[in-house]
Amino acid sequence: MPDPDYRLSFPRDHGPHPDYRIEWWYLTATLQGADGRDYGVQWTLFRSALAPGEDEGWQSPQVWMGHAAVTSAGQHHYAERLARGGVGQAGVTAEPFRAFIDDWRMEGIDEMRLTARGDAFAYDLDLSAQGPLVLNGVEGYSVKSPDGQASHYFSQPFYEVTGTLTLPEGSVEVTGDGWLDREWSSQPLSEDQDGWDWFSLHFDSGARLMGFELRGAETAFSAATWIAPDGDATPFADGALRATPLETTVFEGREIPTTWRVELPARGVDVTVEALNPAAWMGVSFPYWEGPVRVSGSHSGRGYLEMTGY
Amino acid sequence: MPAFLTILSHWRRHPGQLATLILGLALATALWSGVQAINEEARQSYARAAGMLGANGYERLQMPGGGPVPLADYSALRRAGWQVSPVIRGELEADGETWRVMGVEPLTAPPDMLPNGGLQAGIDPGAFLGGPGQAFVADGAEIDPNGQFGLEFIPHPDIAPGLIVTDIGVAARLLDQTDPSFLILLPDQPAGLPDLASVTDLVRVEPQGGEDLSRLTDSFHLNLTAFGFLSFAVGLFIVHATIGLAFEQRRPVFRTLRAIGLPLSRLILVLLAEVTLLALLAGGLGVALGYLVAAALLPDVAGTLRNLYGAEIDGTLAFRPLWAGVGLGIALVGAWLSAAQALWQVARMPLLAPAQPRAWAIASARSTRLQAVAGVLLLAASGAAALVGTGLVMGFLCLGALLLGAALLLPGALSLALRGIGARLRGPLAEWVIADTRQQLPGLSLALMALLLALAANIGVSTMVGSFRLTFLGWLDQRLVAELYVTAADNEEAAEIRAFLAPLVDATLPIANAETRIGGQPVFVYGVVDHATYRDHWPLLETTPAVWDRVATGQVLLVNEQMARAQELSLGDGVDLAPGLSLPVGGVYSDYGNPTGQAIMSLDLLERHFAPVDQSRSAVRVDPEQRQDVIAALDAAFALPEGAVVDQQSVKQASIRVFEQTFRVTGALNILTLGVATFALLASLMTLSSMRLPQVAPLWALGQTRARLARIEVMKTLALVVLTGAVALPVGLALAWVLLAVVNVEAFGWRLPMQVFPLDWLRLLGLALLTSTLAAAYPAVGLLRTPPAHLLKVFSNER
Repeated sequence: MPDPDYRLSFPRDHGPHPDYRIEWWYLTATLQGADGRDYGVQWTLFRSALAPGEDEGWQSPQVWMGHAAVTSAGQHHYAERLARGGVGQAGVTAEPFRAFIDDWRMEGIDEMRLTARGDAFAYDLDLSAQGPLVLNGVEGYSVKSPDGQASHYFSQPFYEVTGTLTLPEGSVEVTGDGWLDREWSSQPLSEDQDGWDWFSLHFDSGARLMGFELRGAETAFSAATWIAPDGDATPFADGALRATPLETTVFEGREIPTTWRVELPARGVDVTVEALNPAAWMGVSFPYWEGPVRVSGSHSGRGYLEMTGY
Repeated sequence: MPAFLTILSHWRRHPGQLATLILGLALATALWSGVQAINEEARQSYARAAGMLGANGYERLQMPGGGPVPLADYSALRRAGWQVSPVIRGELEADGETWRVMGVEPLTAPPDMLPNGGLQAGIDPGAFLGGPGQAFVADGAEIDPNGQFGLEFIPHPDIAPGLIVTDIGVAARLLDQTDPSFLILLPDQPAGLPDLASVTDLVRVEPQGGEDLSRLTDSFHLNLTAFGFLSFAVGLFIVHATIGLAFEQRRPVFRTLRAIGLPLSRLILVLLAEVTLLALLAGGLGVALGYLVAAALLPDVAGTLRNLYGAEIDGTLAFRPLWAGVGLGIALVGAWLSAAQALWQVARMPLLAPAQPRAWAIASARSTRLQAVAGVLLLAASGAAALVGTGLVMGFLCLGALLLGAALLLPGALSLALRGIGARLRGPLAEWVIADTRQQLPGLSLALMALLLALAANIGVSTMVGSFRLTFLGWLDQRLVAELYVTAADNEEAAEIRAFLAPLVDATLPIANAETRIGGQPVFVYGVVDHATYRDHWPLLETTPAVWDRVATGQVLLVNEQMARAQELSLGDGVDLAPGLSLPVGGVYSDYGNPTGQAIMSLDLLERHFAPVDQSRSAVRVDPEQRQDVIAALDAAFALPEGAVVDQQSVKQASIRVFEQTFRVTGALNILTLGVATFALLASLMTLSSMRLPQVAPLWALGQTRARLARIEVMKTLALVVLTGAVALPVGLALAWVLLAVVNVEAFGWRLPMQVFPLDWLRLLGLALLTSTLAAAYPAVGLLRTPPAHLLKVFSNER
């Protein structure tokens, strides 16, 4: 169980926490190509424990799942990798930091190398952290429901990214901003919650906003972190952030909101968040929507949107 | 109800007829459903094998020296991006039984290696991967009643008996083995991967061709099905004859029933109910008999298919409601069809028609002519279908038209033949015999048609099976001619092995091949050295003079039939093999079951023009007595993995033995079909004998003894059987030709060369004469024992 008194410590907490049921290393990047187009890149490693702890070889109860995607206004490529723990096919070490599944790699924290490959795409990116780690919630203890469900959650939202995307029509050099989310928990959702909408926004002013809303049967539960350009983070509790769907796109029979109004009145934020490519559906084992967004309104910028449970 | 009972009472008075009807239909259904059961069982087994041998359908990576693949090799491949999936395989003893265990890694394995579509679909990952674990076993398998393995065993129809399919972690525990037995190389790999050889020393092993297997076995099953169908058709003739007779004999009863007020529709309904009841009874009996036939024959079939084709079939027969239902249905339809004509006559019968029984189904000369015309038309249609038609359905239409046409022509042909014989005979008795036989023909024609079909089916199927057998033995010889086959890790080791063996054996022949594309199609080109092994054994379909000399000197090449057909190559046609290398076709060889093109040329040319040439395999010719010594010497000198040395001679012997066993299945079916036809003849002769007293009595009165008359009766029948056999021979050969050259080509793309077996025909004719003598003897003995008073009565009774 996540513990509110637990204090994060690094590099230890870059590594895995096998006693928790679920954990992820989640990197998203909004990029601009040398061809003038906007791109988004996702690299995610999920760890899921069938039983707490670790064991030798094939008896390891840990299952790993990797998702990678490249999205532009007209394209969306994604790939999935599955692996079990214990046999060297996937895993994470804290020191030196290294997360991998098959040939997909996330290596280093402050200076990171990120690679992945699918049938129709590949990417190889260098990321350089320009600011400090940001702890979400209270000292990285992020509450998810009125019932007290919570996770340990920190971010590195200050990556500068350069690298190359390989797409079916050829390679393209890209630069942009990256955002790493690290989260682990044993009970991420309360029983009546059926999904979440999660925003990570880079504003042109240099500030960042992380916000999510967990959709419950009757009410939604929200939380947000306002991150000043210098990395100074302010958490906001339930109710401070409002996210309202404006337009939806039907994908595989599901109605998915791909344009949102996001408000954080405490910081004067009232923006429209619009998917760069509404068809950024991740048709993987546990399907969800994840893709780059454009931000306009009181603040302008770019970001990433993730929606699950639709 | 009283009407129904009245109708049924006929059978009480004619129990022999009832037995004939039931037995005829039951035998027909039994043959049909028995063959279907065997086919169905085999297909189910293939489907299971294809689904669950699973691993065999994919390319594999194995240790060059055999043995388990180190786990580190697996993770190194994955971390280089190669999509491979580990399998731990082994055997497990449980309660005195041996189980094959296949441990699959469900997160990386292709979904079809697990039941229910794997984790993506029907399997709960938590239960399969975590906790005590799950294992799939065959439906109805009993394993581990005491729970010593602590697993949840789930019966599943897709799993072959004796197999346990489980998570690799569970298999690792059960077998106490961590390293995978081999890796599966998934068919879809990401683009831009590093070269496999730079990542691993593991060797690639081609998928263990299910394609070839199904082609060969399909051919076998198709022909069995054709056979089953013919048997059924023969059976229907019996049923038709018996029902016709029963209706004919009951004309007075129908008249009386109608005269006392039974409406026609009611009568028809009652008769229909009767036929249905009898058909259900006979059909049920037939399905049960068919099950017995199949159960008796299936172990042979299973043994053959397993040893010869490597197809896994468990020799146990499951009762499948589907084929039982189909068998019953076909019995019903058959009985209705057989009764249709008789019912039609009843429906048209005038209310007060004379109730006097006529000889049943006395056909006029006109209807014989009509039949003959229809027969000729059908034969013409069959010929046209064979010549211009394409497609499998056309092949079967051709087959059907041929058989029906021949059957319809039979009475006409027999009548003509008898007339021809009659013209040459002198003497009143001889002329009477011929005239009487011709007069008897209409009554016997249905039974003779059945006999024709049975004989033709026998000749056709035995020709087909015989051709298949010879072809297959030739193919085995071609493939397995050497005493030993040795597979080395690479070309270098193979060369060392050949050098090592040279003083010990008669010859070591490299099996060298390279893959290339010719005419846009993939072709494997084999290089051969000049050796008697090829000259003496390679089965050539077409050849030019001194072809092996010219192959050895690099002047010509040989192509397999598939390549010749696909690229429309004839002898002498030039084939562009490689830049600057074009050779004429010097011969075409049979290569059954191989879906791809193949060519053979001299090894020198192959090495000069193709790279890389795989020469890791060698064929070893050695005195069969010394095989074991050579194997022992090889084992001592080289660390060859298990399975690297194959003693092919013993494999071949076993294969041939089992193969012969299988064709005993066909033999048994042949005898059964002939038995059914003879039964039809017996039924018809018995029927006629009771009506023939008026014809025979005058001869008796003129001074012929009963014994002489009885002998004449038997001789007449035998003469008809011989004539029918004479017609059956060309029909049977035509049937075999259609099966081999039309149906087989349409179904599988290659033609089995037809071989004829005249000794088989003689044996068949002898058998037919023997059984017909038995069939004719019974009524003849009846005649012999007819009291003279009965014969006298013919003259006193006004008829």
